[in-house]
Amino acid sequence: MKHAVPAARSGSKLPVVAIAGNPNTGKTTVFNRLTGSDRKVGNYPGVTVERHTGRLDLPSGRAIEIVDVPGTYSLSARSREEEIAIQAVAGLAPLEPPDAVVLVVDATQLSRNLYIVLQVLELEVPLVVALNMMDSLVARNEEIDVARLSRDLGVPVVPMSGSQGTGFEELAAQIERVLADPQVGTPGSRWIPVTEALSADVSAVSSKLPREWTRSSASRERALALWALLSLDESDEWAGIPDELRAIVIERRVLAQAADRHIDLEVIRGRYGWIDARIDTFVKRKGPIAKSLSESIDAVLLNPVAGFAIFLVLMAIVFQALFSWTDPLMQLIEGGFDSLSGVISSVLPSGLFQQFVTGGVIAGFGSIVVFLPQILLLFLFIGLLEDTGYMARVAFLMDRSMRMLGLHGRAFVPMLSGYACAVPAILATRTMERQRDRTLTMMVIPLMTCSARLPVYTLVIGALFPAGVLLGFVPTQGLLMIGMYLFSTLMAFVAAAVLSRTLFKATAVPLILELPPYRYPHWPSVLRMMIQRSKAFLFQAGGVILVISIVLWALLTFPRDATLETRIATARAVVATQSGSPEEIAGRQVSAEDELRAEVLRSSYAGRLGHAIEPVIAPLGFDWKIGIGLIGAFAAREVFVSTMGVVYGVGDSVDEESTTLRAKIKDETRTNGSRVYTPLVGLSLMIFFALACQCMSTLAAVYRETKSWGWPVFLFVYMTVLAWVASFAVYQGGRALGFE
Amino acid sequence: MKALHEIRPGARARLTRFVGGDRSFHRRLMELGFLPGTSVRLVRCVAVGDLVELEVRGSHISLRRSEASELRFELEG
Repeated sequence: MKHAVPAARSGSKLPVVAIAGNPNTGKTTVFNRLTGSDRKVGNYPGVTVERHTGRLDLPSGRAIEIVDVPGTYSLSARSREEEIAIQAVAGLAPLEPPDAVVLVVDATQLSRNLYIVLQVLELEVPLVVALNMMDSLVARNEEIDVARLSRDLGVPVVPMSGSQGTGFEELAAQIERVLADPQVGTPGSRWIPVTEALSADVSAVSSKLPREWTRSSASRERALALWALLSLDESDEWAGIPDELRAIVIERRVLAQAADRHIDLEVIRGRYGWIDARIDTFVKRKGPIAKSLSESIDAVLLNPVAGFAIFLVLMAIVFQALFSWTDPLMQLIEGGFDSLSGVISSVLPSGLFQQFVTGGVIAGFGSIVVFLPQILLLFLFIGLLEDTGYMARVAFLMDRSMRMLGLHGRAFVPMLSGYACAVPAILATRTMERQRDRTLTMMVIPLMTCSARLPVYTLVIGALFPAGVLLGFVPTQGLLMIGMYLFSTLMAFVAAAVLSRTLFKATAVPLILELPPYRYPHWPSVLRMMIQRSKAFLFQAGGVILVISIVLWALLTFPRDATLETRIATARAVVATQSGSPEEIAGRQVSAEDELRAEVLRSSYAGRLGHAIEPVIAPLGFDWKIGIGLIGAFAAREVFVSTMGVVYGVGDSVDEESTTLRAKIKDETRTNGSRVYTPLVGLSLMIFFALACQCMSTLAAVYRETKSWGWPVFLFVYMTVLAWVASFAVYQGGRALGFE
Repeated sequence: MKALHEIRPGARARLTRFVGGDRSFHRRLMELGFLPGTSVRLVRCVAVGDLVELEVRGSHISLRRSEASELRFELEG
């Protein structure tokens, strides 16, 4: 029953008004201002394109639903997102037609923006034109004759400024007017196909159009015939197009080619012909052409030397901020959740429920909230980069390097953020339009050395590799750390290059990148995006993280030793009778307790799982205790350190600098007396952590962004296999070369 | 008829035609205003990104140098 999927609109009785327009016209700011706080984010049916809707109360008090449609330059698509925009505006299945469309038009680029206006007029969808960025005209010494524009277009045109908040009452009033009397917004097509040959093409195609598209309107029929002639061919990616429609289009195109005609050019020239004949009456020049400030800025920012240097400095600031500025706040959050656990422990009677609340639920919430500082900060930067127009320059500067890896130029900022943390980085892939680019980037980001890997590396390097200097000044331990960064970066590049040429193989789409003028950021919009992205993460990825946290807690806790607390009390009592100073006794009591807790963990489900996976990880040099650590580290990589602390009976409050834990690790022996942790095992372990997807939050974020379980599962499997193979090669290769 | 690399940055040229067969690329360029006969300014060529920046109808559009080789121009003035 695939076609029984309800259309996006069902359930709401409110009239629907779609907000559409070219990219970079301030469309989203207009949408945000119109809808205030009452907004929802959903998905278009069957795709992962977000559908933002909101409510607007018109002057009369009547409520309408406003839909923010993805930006598009025209009604012929080059991407899935543009297809959605076209379906939403034209009312093509599976989306229902809107009751009216508001096209946001950039007043400073009227000529190009009028193109899509003409297309929508042809479709006879009630239209209001929001003539945005009127405030920018002054600096350009230009003026627009709004009355004339409105008269010639035949629809209401509202001059406004989204960033300054002017013109919104008038826009609401005109939306109301058009809804009340749709004729006001549907004057019909402004131009007609001039040549007889093109008219013949249109009538031929019209006869094959589905009835439900044309709604028995002759001019809509002509509009959709033109749309089909321009959009369909042997290799278009439109779904749900009747075969006979595509066949007739192909037939007419072949005929046209034989007659040396160019249908696309005829149609597009027809529309631009109308625009060019009038543009000088719409736009009045008040003075000399002002030298574009943006062009002067770009002379520096796109300069191969200076521009690149500035770019690197900006990116260094973004990285430094994510990596270290958020740290105090994250520690504050962690500390807060720890204190909360402490308070709960003292209030609840000790026992299983108390452990569940503190170790499962609160720890779970803590591991969700702790991401917020990085997410907010990263989206602050992304909001500013997007709003000022610099993000397009990032794509410009990085296109060549990123393309070698099969990635989009805009993938640079998310990839860089991956060095701090994969979770905000994955959310940041939103900045790319195409789903393919987004998903591919998400599959590569988790290979970057995130900050959660550092405690593991620090522990292993500190315990197993002697501090020393190479060539008299290079610290070997530091060199190893840098080596791990280089290794992970290289692996990410290799993964990107391989995935983009296999699983994500796509026909190369030529780049058409608009460099919009630089603008001051609109703070409310930036703020709104920060909040919206954080909320989406909290509510959609948070649930998954919470569930996995609780499952991990249960694995590490059950089966329970009901006598544990009594045994601990007994052990403490025994130690208390021994001779020694009070400090010595207290110390021995803690050790005795840690030893007992280690025993419980070793016999828990996680402990048994550690044993169960030992045959698999033994070829990597790992024993079952490391296996437990790997299971615990799935919550977050740095948890490996505290899990190993419990396993080795030194308590869970150790950190990677702990000398006791390092000593324990160094001295740990197998049954045959040989050491468990050799430098080779340490290297193998670090390689494993560099490549394995040991992070539930990353997987939850990928689930949130792809709206599917398939991608997180694929990510987990490919990274784990990669990690296993690489660790295997390092360990077995090392042994073959004679290392221990 | 000139290809893009024969045009000096800063110069204006009139677009004459598209060569090659990527329909959706040409269609989108035309929809952005790159119609044969339209005056286009080559704003800059950047070696680092291998991109060119063109100005058409007041908007600035970047294309990859290799892909922009499908456009043909004649010099103005």
